[in-house]
Amino acid sequence: MKGRIALVLVAAALMVFAGYAALYIAPDEKTMHAIQRIFYFHVPSAICAFIAFFVVFIANFAYLGTRQPKWDWLGVAGAEVGVVCSTIVLITGPIWAHPVWGIWWTWDARLTSTFVLWLLYTAYLLLRGFLDDPQRKAIFSAVFGVFAFLDVPLVYFSNRLWRTQHPQPVILGGSNSGLDPTMGKVLLISFVAVLFIVAILIVDRYRLERLRAEYEELRYRAESRIAEAAAKTPRTVTEARVE
Amino acid sequence: MAILLRCSLNFVPLTAQGLKVTAARAATILLAKELRLEFRTRELLTTTVIFALVVVVLFSFAFEPTAAESRRYGPGLLWIAFLFAGSLMLNPSFAREQSNETLDALRMAPVSPFAILLGKVCANFVFLAVAEAILVPVFAVLYNVSFSGVAGRLILVLALGTLGLVVTGTVFSAISAHARMRELLLPLLLLPILTPLLIASVEATASLLADQPELDRTWVAFLAGFDIVFLTASWLLCDYLLEE
Repeated sequence: MKGRIALVLVAAALMVFAGYAALYIAPDEKTMHAIQRIFYFHVPSAICAFIAFFVVFIANFAYLGTRQPKWDWLGVAGAEVGVVCSTIVLITGPIWAHPVWGIWWTWDARLTSTFVLWLLYTAYLLLRGFLDDPQRKAIFSAVFGVFAFLDVPLVYFSNRLWRTQHPQPVILGGSNSGLDPTMGKVLLISFVAVLFIVAILIVDRYRLERLRAEYEELRYRAESRIAEAAAKTPRTVTEARVE
Repeated sequence: MAILLRCSLNFVPLTAQGLKVTAARAATILLAKELRLEFRTRELLTTTVIFALVVVVLFSFAFEPTAAESRRYGPGLLWIAFLFAGSLMLNPSFAREQSNETLDALRMAPVSPFAILLGKVCANFVFLAVAEAILVPVFAVLYNVSFSGVAGRLILVLALGTLGLVVTGTVFSAISAHARMRELLLPLLLLPILTPLLIASVEATASLLADQPELDRTWVAFLAGFDIVFLTASWLLCDYLLEE
């Protein structure tokens, strides 16, 4: 327990420092000025969303191979955290795009793919909610997860092929397009901070799912024991009283 | 149910004696059964065609259906109608096997799960293809678009697009059949997965409607790739879909 509190404190400290670094240490961008600073949380969230979805894919694949429930727990943990991360990406993106591009949204390959990715993994979580049998929930959501993951490159590839025929607004090219070294360092700090929080969230969500599964198991066993006991004594107190 | 059980029990020794039912034959039997069922009720095809027609008519109110506009929006409209109709039509594919527990009978049959899935995929392909064969000429007339001279290439695009739609849709129909709210769930699972297919089929169809119609080979190759990826995935994963 003490270790967990320490971890959360470290994560909070990292995040505060990353926020300070993004606001005060990072140099001012020549054309975009203050609004560019959203970049230090937009990009790490995007990378973490992809990491989380990759965890989901690994977990789905491992579940279908081994049938161990722990992989199912990891799958749902990764999917939920990934959806939260990509929601952050989809919200911070337009906030930045409106003053810089002049529009909130454009159907560019990267934006569209992120949006479709968000839809796919939201569908994954919804599907889990609508399946009652735990075994079936685990198997079917794993199958859907594999299909969704196979779809991601196709979505990105089709959007790139499609949109390259039209001129596009210039996109900030990430860390390789002449990024100032200080900016690179600040980006690294905020990436570490976000990744740290994401890792803690995935682990916590995994534990929660394990507890829930254990609880379901216990309840099921208790219920079947009660049913068994009722079957063993056909004459209950009430019946005797009626006689 | 008891009769079905006995039938399938009789079937097992038969296969042991060497009368093994091959996957292709099992798929054909299942396809024949689906077609017979549909021929007797005609529920699925009628509703699918009418629904797609409703979508096509509604689109005429959403934009000005002149010939030039139609050529720009037509392919997208047509494929959106197919996607919506398909996602509704695929719902009963596995769900209607549940009312009399015939899915359990299918599971007990001594054939590979892929044969069962393949039979369903073929049946759904036939249904959607028939619906498209009715809808495309109606669309061409209503929206003043001409497909003459490109019919063969159009059929190729339609076949590849429909195959991809039906393969993923049949797999997801097996999944959603066990879920609550399955009628709502299937489009939710299916439509985001189909975005690459939609882009590719719309672009390929649009290339056939240009002034100098020439089939865009890149998109046809992409569609074929989509079909291969998901056909392979369903072949690898179908064991999980049909187990008890």
